[in-house]
Amino acid sequence: MNAPASLKGLTDFDPLTARRDFQILSREVYGKPLAYLDSAASAQKPRQVLDAMRAFATGEYANVHRGVHFLSAASTERYEQARETVRRFLNAGEPSEIVFTKGGTEAINLVASSYLARKIEQGDEIVLTVMEHHSNIVPWHFLRERAGAVLTWVDVRDDGSLDVEALDAAIGAKTKFVAVSHMSNVLGTVTPLKEIVARAHKKGVPVLADGCQGAVHLSIDVRELDIDFYAFTGHKLYGPTGIGALYAKRAHLKAMRPFNGGGEMIGEVTRERITYAEPPARFEAGTPPIIEAVGLAAAIDYLGGFDRAQIAVHEHDLLDYAAKQVKSLNWCRIIGEANGKGAILSFEAEGMHAHDLATILDREGVAVRAGHHCAQVLMERFHVASTARASFALYNTRADVDQFVAALHKARKILG
Amino acid sequence: MYDSLRELYQDVILDHSKHPRHFGALEGATHTGEGHNPLCGDRVKIYLMIDRNDRIADIKFQGRGCAISQASASLMTDMIVGRTIDEVEKLMGGFLHLVKGEDAGQLGADDRERLDVMAGVSAFPMRVKCATLAWHTMQSALEGGTTAAKTE
Repeated sequence: MNAPASLKGLTDFDPLTARRDFQILSREVYGKPLAYLDSAASAQKPRQVLDAMRAFATGEYANVHRGVHFLSAASTERYEQARETVRRFLNAGEPSEIVFTKGGTEAINLVASSYLARKIEQGDEIVLTVMEHHSNIVPWHFLRERAGAVLTWVDVRDDGSLDVEALDAAIGAKTKFVAVSHMSNVLGTVTPLKEIVARAHKKGVPVLADGCQGAVHLSIDVRELDIDFYAFTGHKLYGPTGIGALYAKRAHLKAMRPFNGGGEMIGEVTRERITYAEPPARFEAGTPPIIEAVGLAAAIDYLGGFDRAQIAVHEHDLLDYAAKQVKSLNWCRIIGEANGKGAILSFEAEGMHAHDLATILDREGVAVRAGHHCAQVLMERFHVASTARASFALYNTRADVDQFVAALHKARKILG
Repeated sequence: MYDSLRELYQDVILDHSKHPRHFGALEGATHTGEGHNPLCGDRVKIYLMIDRNDRIADIKFQGRGCAISQASASLMTDMIVGRTIDEVEKLMGGFLHLVKGEDAGQLGADDRERLDVMAGVSAFPMRVKCATLAWHTMQSALEGGTTAAKTE
């Protein structure tokens, strides 16, 4: 590990202390303590985020970029400060390279619609991996349906790792775009973004990363990655729902067409013509999620108060602790064991459908996700209809894992 | 809590799900239907052979799914063979009430008793769709459809 947290002016990360910031984790379900292992679907919110949103809404809130009055100015300042917080979080060059969206899905749709759609001609290719979430598949399917784009799929290895050579080989003369997850929401696989970007750029092809999981567990430096687009969502990052962000290089944003039409994204509107605002306002039609933006900034600040390397060590400890035990059960099969993977554990249990398993775990107080995880292409790749998934966040503990493993045994007893 | 789980996953359910009756394809089927639960990706296909008197002469199903959906499909096939379409529709109405914890008074005493193993589902609202998938698919087969059945 790097220098001690205290030397960097950070609080040493202690999961038990941090856990107290998340009131919901102290509740019970069905009379059992809650072991919340579904943070990859959505993370719980610390009081610091909720307090910041409440304080803002009760003290400084008004619409942004509109009024000349006191509150509107204060609100605008907080909204733009939030943009600066996101810029810093991603180490983008300028705040104007950050577009607020309602989530990761909207951010990717924005790129598909405003950036790529008009560059696509019949037969042009878009390179994707089989482990993408539907939110990084469906917007590109739209371009296949509407403009004749061809989707080129890059497989993963049996252990869930991505073969960069295979991805490189898939980028051909007709490739117009590469869209890849930074961290798989099912396998936990972390992709070597920097190398992917370097290889794609060598062929003149821009790259988008779906960072909905990656932004939570990894440190991001969009300039070092030299990536063209990076999308992430707030609610998985301990922030509120209804807010996400897109980073895009300034040159791309300036050349992009508007997305939604409405207030705030215009330059001038007359009966005959219309001009558009400069980015990022051009892509933020209508009243944006203002309180949520403040909440997102608070979540980033909350995370930034810890040494994130220490959080990563903690999450990996939980993953290893859980994986070792699940692996020792000869009736369980882990799906996704790539080196350096993030804290997500997907698995199948022999003779137990994931939904039956999740129902029993639920009654033992253990919240896991069961299903196809919005990754049906990946399910097909691994010949499964669905998996169960435990995902770990900064507030989880080994006690959560113990409760999870005990519940697994109970499920086996009932269903086995 | 353990009790409601036992109620849900009782032996009859587990037996049906592990050894489903009428499993497979049916040659000479007069009606087929396909159902899909987009929440979990589970699929079921129902084959019906309906005779001149609107009676279910034979039925088979294929598919994969959780214990609840498989057991429900298996039990359904067992129960509707030999019945007329009208009788099947009445049975289905009663079944849907039962798994939602509503009044299933329209079921005859024998049917009520046989379907009782599915009543535990009503304590698990998230799982009602699993129990009803095969029935909705069977209904869409009766209607001559091969489109995806709704799950609720």
